[in-house]
Amino acid sequence: MKADCLIQAQDLCLERQHKRVLDQVSLTVERGQIVTLIGPNGCGKSTLLRILLGLEKPDSGRVEHQAGLRIGYMPQRLSLEPRLPLTVEGFLKLARGACRQQIDEWLTRLEITAIRQQDIQALSGGEWQRVLLARALLIRPDILMLDEPVQGVDVQGQMALYQLIPTLRDELNCAVLMVSHDLHLVMAATDEVICMNGHVCCSGHPDKVTLDPAYQQLFGQPLAHYTHHHDHQHCLDGHIEPAQHL
Amino acid sequence: MTLFTDIWWLPALLSGMLLAAITGPLGSFVVWRRMAFFGDTLAHGALLGITFGIVAELDPVLALMLSSVVLALLLYPLQKTSALSADTLLGIVSHSMLAIGLITLSLTDNVRVDLMGYLFGDLLAVDYTDTLWIALTGIVCITLMVSQWRGLVATTVSQELAEIDGYPVQRLNLMLGIILALTVALAMKIVGILLVSALLIIPAASARALARTPEHMAMMASALGVLAVIAGMAASFQWDTPTGPSVVVAATSIFVASLLVKRR
Repeated sequence: MKADCLIQAQDLCLERQHKRVLDQVSLTVERGQIVTLIGPNGCGKSTLLRILLGLEKPDSGRVEHQAGLRIGYMPQRLSLEPRLPLTVEGFLKLARGACRQQIDEWLTRLEITAIRQQDIQALSGGEWQRVLLARALLIRPDILMLDEPVQGVDVQGQMALYQLIPTLRDELNCAVLMVSHDLHLVMAATDEVICMNGHVCCSGHPDKVTLDPAYQQLFGQPLAHYTHHHDHQHCLDGHIEPAQHL
Repeated sequence: MTLFTDIWWLPALLSGMLLAAITGPLGSFVVWRRMAFFGDTLAHGALLGITFGIVAELDPVLALMLSSVVLALLLYPLQKTSALSADTLLGIVSHSMLAIGLITLSLTDNVRVDLMGYLFGDLLAVDYTDTLWIALTGIVCITLMVSQWRGLVATTVSQELAEIDGYPVQRLNLMLGIILALTVALAMKIVGILLVSALLIIPAASARALARTPEHMAMMASALGVLAVIAGMAASFQWDTPTGPSVVVAATSIFVASLLVKRR
């Protein structure tokens, strides 16, 4: 493994109920990189994340972590037991290696100092998301893994989070690996997109990936939500020709 | 020292109070982790353990603790399977073991066995040897729980996050299972097989409404449990009611009262 390489996965395969969930998936994440896994529901992106985290074992293939790698993980959701009383501060203190100073710092940074003593059951979706993010950050992670980080958060909150991620990467000098299915917000904050549907369909810089036929087959043409038709198209060599579709 | 030998109910009261002190934090975990059925199964299986103890001519307390721990280790993998099937399987194991225990116990007719005592607890049978067993085991259990507290709570909140953090999740779960088995074995003589899980769950459930942190809830559960033991035993002496059930009714009264306390 190269010195900058934090996680390296090679030829991961996994079968569940006779269905291929992962097929020969390989990826590497290097320090300073922001990598986004995208793909339709059930394409295996969350499973891949779980294998990279060590929570599940692949049928074949292997995962290597850099020695002493600290992972800050923000789960997609966390079902809370209502009979367990826990304040935000109490929840954050449970993170292994958490210290008071770090907790103070991140509560302030993420602007959630006011809810410090609140019960975690009483938080709004956006507040809870920030608490989970704070928990992932306060162990000074080498890599931040975010599984659908904006679920249940309003659009403004989503924008704010995606703007925050590159800043955090620069500050902590860490890598970020996130799973997402909303492409447009993610694109701007990503160095590399890995487009999955069981196997890796295509990967690379977002600008490149969105033009890849494999990506377009999965997600439609870029900006497909803006439904209008052009009567011409720009070819790669620059000349204009009439539209072929429809 | 005559104080300790003259008052015949003192060992029972001390044993009950010590037990309630353990079941505070332990019962909180049982409530948080939804392990009540697991505890019940251990208790039902204990009857079979007693029979084995009698057949093997072992000390009954030792036989009980041994069999409970063995059972906990056997049942442990069940907790990891899906919720529904674990529930059903535990139900099958639990009741068949109770039934087999009752049958085998009735077959060992060479020994006089007080079945009601095992099912509902027998205060008169509690002596200082029991108190000593409970005290020693209690110290070990509570020391273990306190020293591993953060990991245990973290694992309870989210097994996945705890695992990624590097807590020894499997070992902690196993430890809790063994502590539960030991406590159930010890509690049998006080409240009986059928009511053991009541002593675990009811004080913890009562403490929920009053607590803001897990530690607070555990300590509060201990305090309420001790209160229930004192009140239940006092009522039992006063009106000559069976002790185990009296303690449980006292705990239930406290629970009902806790419902009236407005949640902070």
